[in-house]
Amino acid sequence: MRVLRSTFPAVIRQSRCYLQTVTKRWNSSVSQRPGSDRLRFPGAIDSKFTTKLDFTRPSDKKAMPTYRILDQDGVIVDKSREPTDISDEHLIKMYKDMLSVSIMDVIMFDAQRQGRISFYMVSAGEEGIAVGSTSALDPSDPIFAQYRETGIFKYRGFTPADFMNQLYANKHDPGLGRNMPVHYGSMKYHIHTISSPLATQIPQASGAAYAVKMQNAMNPKDTQRCVACYFGEGAASEGDFHAALNIAATRKCPVIFICRNNGYAISTPTLEQYRGDGIASRGVGYGIDTIRVDGNDILAVREVTKEARKMCLEDGGKPILIEAMSYRVSHHSTSDDSFAYRAKVEVEDWKRRDNPITRLRKWMEGKGIWDDEKEKEARAVLKKEILDAFKQAEKEKRPALRNMMEGVYEELTEEQREQMEKLRTIIEKYPDEYDVSEYEGGLDSLKN
Amino acid sequence: MSIGAVMRSTCVSIIKGQRSRLYSTLPPKARLNTPTDFEATTLLNHNSRSALGNNELSSEAKNGTATRLNLFQAINSALSHALRTDPRVLLFGEDVAFGGVFRCSMNLASEFGDDRVFNTPLTEQGIVGFAIGAAFEGMRPVAEVQFADYVYPAFDQLVNEAAKARFRAGVNAKGQSCGGLVVRMPCGGVGHGFRRYHSQSPESLFTHIPGLRVVIPRGPAQAKGLLLAAIASNDPVVFMEPKILYRAAVEYVPAEAYEIPLSKAEIVKPGKDVTIISYGTPLYTCSNAIEKAEADFGCEIELIDLRTIYPWDRPTVIESVKRTGKVIVVHESMTNSGVGAEVAATIQEQCFLNLEAPVARICGWSTHMGLVYERFNIPDVTRIYDAIKTTLDY
Repeated sequence: MRVLRSTFPAVIRQSRCYLQTVTKRWNSSVSQRPGSDRLRFPGAIDSKFTTKLDFTRPSDKKAMPTYRILDQDGVIVDKSREPTDISDEHLIKMYKDMLSVSIMDVIMFDAQRQGRISFYMVSAGEEGIAVGSTSALDPSDPIFAQYRETGIFKYRGFTPADFMNQLYANKHDPGLGRNMPVHYGSMKYHIHTISSPLATQIPQASGAAYAVKMQNAMNPKDTQRCVACYFGEGAASEGDFHAALNIAATRKCPVIFICRNNGYAISTPTLEQYRGDGIASRGVGYGIDTIRVDGNDILAVREVTKEARKMCLEDGGKPILIEAMSYRVSHHSTSDDSFAYRAKVEVEDWKRRDNPITRLRKWMEGKGIWDDEKEKEARAVLKKEILDAFKQAEKEKRPALRNMMEGVYEELTEEQREQMEKLRTIIEKYPDEYDVSEYEGGLDSLKN
Repeated sequence: MSIGAVMRSTCVSIIKGQRSRLYSTLPPKARLNTPTDFEATTLLNHNSRSALGNNELSSEAKNGTATRLNLFQAINSALSHALRTDPRVLLFGEDVAFGGVFRCSMNLASEFGDDRVFNTPLTEQGIVGFAIGAAFEGMRPVAEVQFADYVYPAFDQLVNEAAKARFRAGVNAKGQSCGGLVVRMPCGGVGHGFRRYHSQSPESLFTHIPGLRVVIPRGPAQAKGLLLAAIASNDPVVFMEPKILYRAAVEYVPAEAYEIPLSKAEIVKPGKDVTIISYGTPLYTCSNAIEKAEADFGCEIELIDLRTIYPWDRPTVIESVKRTGKVIVVHESMTNSGVGAEVAATIQEQCFLNLEAPVARICGWSTHMGLVYERFNIPDVTRIYDAIKTTLDY
């Protein structure tokens, strides 16, 4: 593609004469010095020559290590690394946020099974990644999510009603009933609205980070912000992942890429997703500082993200990649039966052996700030809150019908006004064929 | 020789070179398929008075001066104005920093700095995704795709993301839509040279997408006004620039800033017997055909420039067809499901009782742009002239 483009004759002639006048470009170029022991071509400026014919083999490299603070029993592995920046209240909030998400997941999964909502996706096993990382961000840092990061919304302040209004697509749904369940979004909490196409949010996060970087520079006294972007290991196979990391590195964008590597993309295990050392090994190839972390260890996720945030704002900004390892305990979604492609025993084993909620609970119990009674009480309170919101949201009307046409452009077009009128006429003509009573304002909302 | 002189002489030699390549092989007796005389065409302003007489101009522009610019210079002037007046405007893409392969961003990196005018890695999906993210966070990014032929890797980002962002954000749309996002791309045939992947006109692929605005200017003055309107628009705009006109179309362009409204067609030339609807480069071909046909058949033909291809100005077109009763749609891209199909269908629906002849579509054939076949593929004066004759005689 590149070759074809530059053979455009007008372009060639034009650029040749122009380049001669732009001395800055030549001065910044590197050149190969005679007798040098290393390559200094523009594409690789410090590569040592070797006479040994030796391919770099990924299989010779050790897998990138996984950072952890707590072991599976909730015990601090390295006592000198005990987190000191986190109060007991804050710990309990994080724990309750994870717990709340997991309780809501069970209720809403069943609600979908009963046909009360159209779709749902749980984040079982990955609550720690969402809550732990968000707790290390500034509340004003913009976030781009994929869809299995409900804990972000919970941590930033979503109430049970906020979740339920979206899931039920009622008149209080900020998405105005236009999006599938679980496609949350919030201006107030600086979380961009989730969309289904995988990985599209990753280059968007790079661009948003570039905007934020310019705003940081313009307002040096304000809180310096960065952007966080979440995606699964399957999404990282999309071209947009490649585009995003490369562009973030070349434009030095303050963005933290957080990959949730949970072992599966729907039915596809990671062995069919990639052959390198996970997603983390790729960050290095793009010139991005990278770390792998135990995603079931919320303290480790929090600390890694905190450090990443600091690093990504240094020297005017740069991207950081975090690969958080976990296991997708649940089905992919309510439309998926994962036992069609993996053994039930494997899943049960993971559920029992290790998950972020029980690991933090064990540590909190060890510290003496949590016990069975508190657990029982917290579960009862959270469950009631969710069920109350559930019942309320189910009762509310749908958003007004005109929201089907509005919002495509800043203003309705002439063509859309005409079509809204056509729809209204048809419904009036065949009233028995349509039920508009559940929509706020009924048929009148289609009036121009 | 100064840099300017080098540039000027290079430009002249290129223009000369293009002319000789373009037209030297025309049949010697051709009466219809003769080259467009851009110095004389009524589609361009040949003096300041006509440039400043446009009622759509801002009062500053009307009372200011006008200078002769070609299309790439007018685009450069619009970009320069946008960068100077709004710190949120960013300009980026492949090879944009040194001035762009078509010179549209010349001197902008040196004037506005590498932070605001910069090269990206070679990835169209990345460029458009990056632009969307920057727009979400309050910037007004102008992204360049080097040729419209290479926009397809970014199709997903444009169709599923940019176009739908406002709709899906609902009440959060104020901070989560793509206000200011413009994706510029050179499009269309060039009369010679590199066919399949340097000549496409993919506008109809974007006119099928609710949420996108699709704009194609026909000349320098229009390009400046429409581009500034696109950057000011809070909807994402696909801005297609007919690359054959970058150097060929030269006219007086108001020096001050002004916006030409989007989704508003322009009646370029009034008439009563036939309406011809087109946009971009083929307008010149239409204009040539009209001149010949009016002389030969004693008719008066109305020429409409759509300017915005979607959402398009249906009332202006319908009003015209109701007056003339006969209509021809002309564009470079393929007939089937092209812009002409939508225009013709709408006319049929809304002007059925006024139509006195079938709606004619003079467009590219159902094939790709083969290297040596362009002149037989792109609508020429003869095909439009013939369509006028057939339509008048129906």
